[in-house]
Amino acid sequence: MSDQPPPRVRVTGPPRRRADVVRPAGTREIDAETALGEVFMRSLLREQLVLALQVLAALALTVGLLPLLFHLVPSLGAVRVGPVPLAWLLLGVFTYPWLVLLGWLYIRRVESNERDFADLVTTVLPEDEI
Amino acid sequence: MNTDVVPGVVAVVLVSIATLAIGTFGLRISRTTSDFLVASRTVRPRLNASAIGGEYLSAASFLGVAGLLLTFGAEMLWYPVGWTAGYLVLLVLVAAPLRRSGAYTLPDFAEARLGSRGVRKLCSVLVVAIGWLYLLPQFQGAGVTLRATIGAPQWAGSLVVALVVLASVSPGGMRSITFVQAFQYWLKLTALLIPVFILLAVWMADGATDPAAAAPASWSIPLATPGGGIGLYTTYSLIVATFLGTMGLPHVVVRFYTNPDGRAARRTTLAVLGLLGIFYVLPPVYGALGRIYAPDLVASRSDVLVLELPSLMVGGVLGAFLTGLVTAGAFAAFLSTSSGLTIAVAGVLSQDVTGRRWGTRRLGGVAAFRVAAVIAVVVPLLMSLPAQDVAVARTVGLAFAVTASTFAPLLMLGIWWRGLTPTGAVAGLLVGGLGSGAAVAWTLGTSSASGWTAALLGQPAAWSVPASFLTMVVVSRLTAASVPAHAGRFMVRLHTPEAVDLQR
Repeated sequence: MSDQPPPRVRVTGPPRRRADVVRPAGTREIDAETALGEVFMRSLLREQLVLALQVLAALALTVGLLPLLFHLVPSLGAVRVGPVPLAWLLLGVFTYPWLVLLGWLYIRRVESNERDFADLVTTVLPEDEI
Repeated sequence: MNTDVVPGVVAVVLVSIATLAIGTFGLRISRTTSDFLVASRTVRPRLNASAIGGEYLSAASFLGVAGLLLTFGAEMLWYPVGWTAGYLVLLVLVAAPLRRSGAYTLPDFAEARLGSRGVRKLCSVLVVAIGWLYLLPQFQGAGVTLRATIGAPQWAGSLVVALVVLASVSPGGMRSITFVQAFQYWLKLTALLIPVFILLAVWMADGATDPAAAAPASWSIPLATPGGGIGLYTTYSLIVATFLGTMGLPHVVVRFYTNPDGRAARRTTLAVLGLLGIFYVLPPVYGALGRIYAPDLVASRSDVLVLELPSLMVGGVLGAFLTGLVTAGAFAAFLSTSSGLTIAVAGVLSQDVTGRRWGTRRLGGVAAFRVAAVIAVVVPLLMSLPAQDVAVARTVGLAFAVTASTFAPLLMLGIWWRGLTPTGAVAGLLVGGLGSGAAVAWTLGTSSASGWTAALLGQPAAWSVPASFLTMVVVSRLTAASVPAHAGRFMVRLHTPEAVDLQR
């Protein structure tokens, strides 16, 4: 509060939106490459990599095991579903919807991870307002 | 000229005209270098996915897969499965970060990530080499198709494809080719789908005989011949090559830069997964029906199965119409894949060769691109003229082994590991590239080998990919002092969503 008698007239430019917006905490830490910013980035990377590896593991443990399965149990080659050999049905038809399903689940999870990250680094932390 | 050739001629002419017409339409909205190389990064996911599908489904998918299935049976199902699953691997490991890297081409990505001109040059050489290795079977396949359908000499098909590609790529670049390729995906799908319904109806009317009855038992087992340990190795090596090789294909990667942002890149990839899945259900039908109706093709000429099966099963006007349809699809397959590869190779050549100062003259961006496109097409065209007899899908499979051993490790480590150094990347690229390249050369050069040597060299990915990875990691560790200073900042750019306001 100023109590000087002749009030000064402040000359300003047109109001700019950013003038009173405090740069959110997390992004500033990351930009300045501080230790905390480093923690934010490492946790994002780890989370996304773990998710990717989970999807790849699901792929390897299903489609990837088929050759081994047919190698260990050769009698599967004689199995028919209607007129179609089992191997043709599994690899020629069922694999594709499974791949699309895995991709769809991945996108749901990865986008939610990114939203969480955005919330985390754009929220102003209490101790930031000193 | 007899009347058998009419449907083939009509199909080829119509597809060529449609391609050029759509390309010209794109020309009207293609003005800048950015339009040329990445369609100014404004292609929406659905259109982009159709374009990627159109570009990706090459002669190997349209003709080669059905032919290999006819002859070898279930073991060849790994080709289409691997070519599709490769997009899932690409989706989870590479898609969004690659788009967010903001680079035009693979060499651009390598240079931006590692800050090294040396890595860039090596990548440029690899892109051009892989692009040509992949273009070669496209031109050869075109020759086979025109010979089978209209009796033209083999070189004529290659030449027609090369000319149409040049005519559609040079004026409009990436912007116009996006529409062309999206159109060609749907054309290829229709061309396989409509005959399938009619052929299946004929098969039912004939009493739905068991296709596997006439085939050996191995036809129903998804393991490479001769089975046993070698079969298991070959199958898994093919899986490694196709699952990882997709992400390193120059013409696929260049398409990702046309997405508006990382999120769109992911959605595009998912849509591609769906489109490929729909398409790849069809070639096995041809392969299986061929066992019943086209036994003569089993031993040789299996590449023309898709082209000849309709006329073998259905006579008269309908048969002629279906033949014309599959010929159109096959021709679209050559055109779209060749165009995509030409764009990718020309993009790299125009940045690193034709766009540079030669003496006192220097070509502008668009002119340099056009000159580069001519070089990109003429070299593999000349290479395709002498050698004419290679199974299309096999040659393409070898190209996958090379990309899986070079660009796949570079992309994965570059995106997920800060510790990669320029020296490590170069060492890994050389080990993977020379190892798989030597194996490919040996395989294409010799044809009558068997046993473990043939398996290890004929399907090198299972050893060359780990070797390349290991070399990159070990050499990077040894040269840890030269980790690029901006590696951390680059990770921020690659992995943070665009909506978050960060310095990138």
